[in-house]
Amino acid sequence: MSGGVDSSVAAALLLEQGYDVVGVTLKLWGGDSDSGCCSVSDVDDARRVAQQLGIDHHVFNFGDEFDTHVVEPYVQAHSQGLTPNPCIECNRHVKFDKLLRRADALGFDLVATGHHARIAADADGVRRVTRGADGAKDQSYVIYMLDQAQIARVVLPVGAMTKDDVRAAATRLGMRIANKPDSQDVCFITATGGRSTFLTDRMELTPGRVVDSDGNELATVEAVQLVTIGQRKGLGLAGGLREPRYVTDVDVASATVTVGHRRDLLDAETTTRNPVWSHEPVTGELLVQVNAHGSAEPADFDGEVIRWAKPHRRVAPGQSVVFYRGDHVVGGALVV
Amino acid sequence: MRAGALDAYNAAATGPHGNPSGAHRLARDAQRLLDEARDAVAAAVGGDPGGVIFTAGGTEADNLAIAGVLGARGGVAVCPAAEHHAVLYPVENSGGRVVAHREDGRVDLDNLTAALDEEVSVVSVMAVNNESGVIQPLDPIADLVAKHAPDAVLHTDAVQAAAWLDLPEHTRRADLVSISGHKFGGPMGVGALVVRNEVALTPLLQGGGQERGRRAGSHNVAGIVALGAAIAETAAERLETNARVAGLRDRLANGLLEMVPGTVESGNRADKVPGSCHLCFEGIESEALLFLLEQGGVYASAASSCASGAQEPSHVLAAMGVPRSMARGSLRLSLGASSTAADVDRVLAVLPPAVERLRARG
Repeated sequence: MSGGVDSSVAAALLLEQGYDVVGVTLKLWGGDSDSGCCSVSDVDDARRVAQQLGIDHHVFNFGDEFDTHVVEPYVQAHSQGLTPNPCIECNRHVKFDKLLRRADALGFDLVATGHHARIAADADGVRRVTRGADGAKDQSYVIYMLDQAQIARVVLPVGAMTKDDVRAAATRLGMRIANKPDSQDVCFITATGGRSTFLTDRMELTPGRVVDSDGNELATVEAVQLVTIGQRKGLGLAGGLREPRYVTDVDVASATVTVGHRRDLLDAETTTRNPVWSHEPVTGELLVQVNAHGSAEPADFDGEVIRWAKPHRRVAPGQSVVFYRGDHVVGGALVV
Repeated sequence: MRAGALDAYNAAATGPHGNPSGAHRLARDAQRLLDEARDAVAAAVGGDPGGVIFTAGGTEADNLAIAGVLGARGGVAVCPAAEHHAVLYPVENSGGRVVAHREDGRVDLDNLTAALDEEVSVVSVMAVNNESGVIQPLDPIADLVAKHAPDAVLHTDAVQAAAWLDLPEHTRRADLVSISGHKFGGPMGVGALVVRNEVALTPLLQGGGQERGRRAGSHNVAGIVALGAAIAETAAERLETNARVAGLRDRLANGLLEMVPGTVESGNRADKVPGSCHLCFEGIESEALLFLLEQGGVYASAASSCASGAQEPSHVLAAMGVPRSMARGSLRLSLGASSTAADVDRVLAVLPPAVERLRARG
């Protein structure tokens, strides 16, 4: 229970369905935070909801795991010029690994979260992470790494509801958090400090050259590690260009950012690594989604390389691609 | 609360008493209750009743001791690294000096000596550590302070000691002594700072001039009366209680050390108060253990909790040089005057299988 409306309503729904429910809030981050799940006021909200529901509430301190598996790799990835997704790594290592193991050790059968996704059987009868009922809030992308063993122990009670339905349920239940805003962005990055302040405190940032595809220097950036594929702003490029320029390549070793036109960002192929599968490995025709709130595009996958049916905007190395069949997640991988 | 303290609390809370700061008969009745509690605290802690400042608990007493001396005299505060945060933070945040411990939990006297000089105005060393239960002999520390920081005041946080030690004897060299009601069967949120040798303090709270201007604010009369009753009872029963609880604690600690492999007792048993059983279990996380213990009807703690309620790594064990991997599995099983043989039996039945389960599945 993060103290937000989704996990609060999830707990209430499970109680209504007759489950024996205990609320748990994860303490992940000890530093500054203005969103996410770690501030004292969020824990207060979760505890007060639990009190109202009449269930026990515990706080588990997984700060060490979060540092090891989320924050340190996040910094490390940026130092290599990659664009990591820390929420996915948190789900992979903390929420659906450490927490599932803790729950098992403590004698719990199931772990429920407030993710907007469902678990449903596909045409072959295999239970898969499946898109939530609210297309705009669907979070199946960020929990693509769940395998059959995890899926068997995870419950997603609000996945069949729209966000409006969830808020209405919270209001009906008289929950104090019914109108609490959705959390935004990465929980350990503050709105005031931003990503650059966070990373500046933890790694060496190097200035870089911004060049066009012919190698002509157009501008300089303060930190090449903070530049992302597809980025358009903050590159120090003069206005008034006939066509906007986008980052097409970032090379930390030579401290070079290459920019080009929109068409230069289109790829026929995307190469991947570290695939994970919800059941058996899958190749062939799939739908592939490259960010949390994008749409899935048709492609052919050979186990390593995605060949897009239509040229696809370049995906930053370090990002996750998620493979769907219909609304069912079959697996995912990291972009090389 | 102890029955005697609760009776005293109820009598004071429901009786027709006024605000002791008033001028009429009901105020005088309340003032008499306060004065009697002040006598009881002075007798049990050791000191003059006029030196007793009632506070809202041990934290306020500790803060008043450090900030009060610094405010009145300036200078630098010194404390060991395993002090309660109620001392450690005021010392750190005032730019004070923090002294490393020995591995047995005692203060390293060489390190302390190195931190002492004529700039030092207050030295704070707790009589008994709240996590490890280790008793800190104060006389040699007072000798060092007298020698190397002769103008400094010696404060001791005796919150954890009050139930177990002869405070007039053990803390005799301290100028300031903190106690808190809930550690000896009194109410939570009521404590006292006992001032000896007329040490001057700048108050934390200003207002109506209560407690001789050292702690303003209307008195929590019923709470203070209960505190006085609890500390008087505790002192009267101490020898008998200590002998009985030490026996329970030894059976508990020895039983767990025997039944659970990979268990380490923190500090030396002989250095500890009778109510302290502090163990580290290899290869588990105490947060998970506390959950299973609660399911079995055993309510324990690990280190200290942060504001969110999450268990934080113990700064006390870190100060004693316990590796973090071992400190993650720390457990404080606190016994008190009301602990029974059945309580010990329950822990011995519930804890070993819980540790085994966590090692197998955690």
